[in-house]
Amino acid sequence: MYIIRLIYKNAFRHKLRTSLTILGITIVILAFSLLRTVVSAWYAGVEASSATRLVTRNSISLVFPLPISYKDKIRQIHGVKFVSYAYWFGGIYIDEKNFFANFAVEPKSFLELYPEYILPPDQKGVFLRDRKTAIAGQKLAAKYHWKIGDTITLKGTIFPGNWEFVLRGIYQGRDKSTDETQFFFHWDYLNEALKKTAPLRADQAGFYLIGVNNPDLAEEVAVAIDKTFKNSLAETLTETEKAFQLSFVSMSEAIVIAIQLVSFVVIIIIMAVMANTMAMTARERIGEYAILKTLGFGGWHIAAFIFGESLLIAMVGCTAGIVFTFPIAKAFGNAMETYFPVFNVATKTIYLAIAASFLVGIVASIIPTWRAITIRIADGLRRIG
Amino acid sequence: MEQRVLIVEIKNLNKSYRRGNQTIPVLENITFDIEEGEFLALMGPSGSGKSTLLNLIAGIDKSDSGIIKVHGVDITVLTETELARWRSANVGFIFQFYNLIPVLTAFENVELPLLLTWLSRRERREHVETALRVVNLSDYMDYYPGQLSGGQQQRVAIARALVTDPTIIVADEPTGDLDRVSAKEILELMGRLNTEFGKTIIMVTHDPHAAEKARTIKHLEKGILNVHNQAHL
Repeated sequence: MYIIRLIYKNAFRHKLRTSLTILGITIVILAFSLLRTVVSAWYAGVEASSATRLVTRNSISLVFPLPISYKDKIRQIHGVKFVSYAYWFGGIYIDEKNFFANFAVEPKSFLELYPEYILPPDQKGVFLRDRKTAIAGQKLAAKYHWKIGDTITLKGTIFPGNWEFVLRGIYQGRDKSTDETQFFFHWDYLNEALKKTAPLRADQAGFYLIGVNNPDLAEEVAVAIDKTFKNSLAETLTETEKAFQLSFVSMSEAIVIAIQLVSFVVIIIIMAVMANTMAMTARERIGEYAILKTLGFGGWHIAAFIFGESLLIAMVGCTAGIVFTFPIAKAFGNAMETYFPVFNVATKTIYLAIAASFLVGIVASIIPTWRAITIRIADGLRRIG
Repeated sequence: MEQRVLIVEIKNLNKSYRRGNQTIPVLENITFDIEEGEFLALMGPSGSGKSTLLNLIAGIDKSDSGIIKVHGVDITVLTETELARWRSANVGFIFQFYNLIPVLTAFENVELPLLLTWLSRRERREHVETALRVVNLSDYMDYYPGQLSGGQQQRVAIARALVTDPTIIVADEPTGDLDRVSAKEILELMGRLNTEFGKTIIMVTHDPHAAEKARTIKHLEKGILNVHNQAHL
């Protein structure tokens, strides 16, 4: 207790210097946690993907659709449990800045395939029955103050025209990683309209979503699907949902790597700042360490004082940084919801922040401790007075 | 006839410092003994080696050659760790600039050496209170060094030096930073420790008035001990 008290008193001997150091660590931990959360948010789609789901798209590009007739052939392949299909609609709500993902889906099979989108049974029933209806994630509905029964008009970009939908369901995410900012409506609704306005584009799907019985069969099923459509007019590329999501992330991989690097660079910077603080502290107290050694305190005691002080400062800064991370991440997530639908501070990020702070505290005190331990008592005492 | 007990035995002690390529001898072939209950003043001009000799006796510096036995233990052969343990049990230190830890109260400063013992918290408190009572600072135990005068701080340092009941007390210019009145008080207190409590004290000073309080004075001149000791009783 005595040693802890002495460490505490020493740490706050120079209140301004210690406060500024703590503030620096707080800001760095906050920045580190936010940057790590941005990286996690980037991979949120990958994290949310299921091992039992496959995505089949046109092997040339996602831009090219696949015939709707593939649905029945895919269903016949061994290991396939569900087949659904969807189209990226790319509609704009009022203004281009109001971006959110909107898909035309085959609702029954889609909701079977994605049990993480939880809809109240009554809303689900209405949605499945009426092809002019749509559902939205609760974050998206909250953002635009939508409520059940509202008519939502999207301006088509890929499919020109104004498209009206009646909101009949607001889904909640089962998991923290579930995206609650999406908008789904009936593929039939789109297809019927296309039959009238652009018949050549009708009866097609942007991609197929396939549920398999067993994750171990995923690879085998993927190969079988692509083999089925080999040498057809629209050859397919089937991959796991995770690989499909990763292919989007990989487009911006350089940015992600840069963010990760910056998150570690800020730790190295604060390590240098902290080391400087501890070096100044130890240099000022070298006489006191000599006195302690004179009184019989050994190197381990001196090390405990310096390491303890350094760790105390680092961990106070870390705690403050973590405490501030949550509200700031929430505000950041709300502001950036369009780009990061899922923006949650992961437990792993907190552990990393704690580990980084611990490392800063340890590294910063190595050289000062070595100096304090190795200085001759007589030389140390000479620095006093 | 009263039996003479030697507490410190020094034989052929040599110490030199290196400055670049030069070796500068500080102590040359020093041999003398100190009896138990002695109050010895080591005098000499600056650079004569008196503080170096005190540091060697106290085990905070290493000699080049020779033997220093304190209470029968040759401290020249002890390792750093053994010396640290030995110092904590056998030596009480009084410095010119008091050398108290500024963030600790008078009580905590005196308690510091006791942390290295197996005493319980209650026992430590009893020892500290006794030591502070001896130096007449019972009412100041919760004061920080910055709240005390120079004389009071030196009395706290003396309490810290005697709280472990050491074999010897070493004092390096204990009145060097004090005014005359405070210096007199400190010397009287050290005299009491010697006469009333039988403590063996080795004091380095260049102040003849301070040296007068000692029973024996030894002079060092350029690292050589003056053989003409002057006894004061």
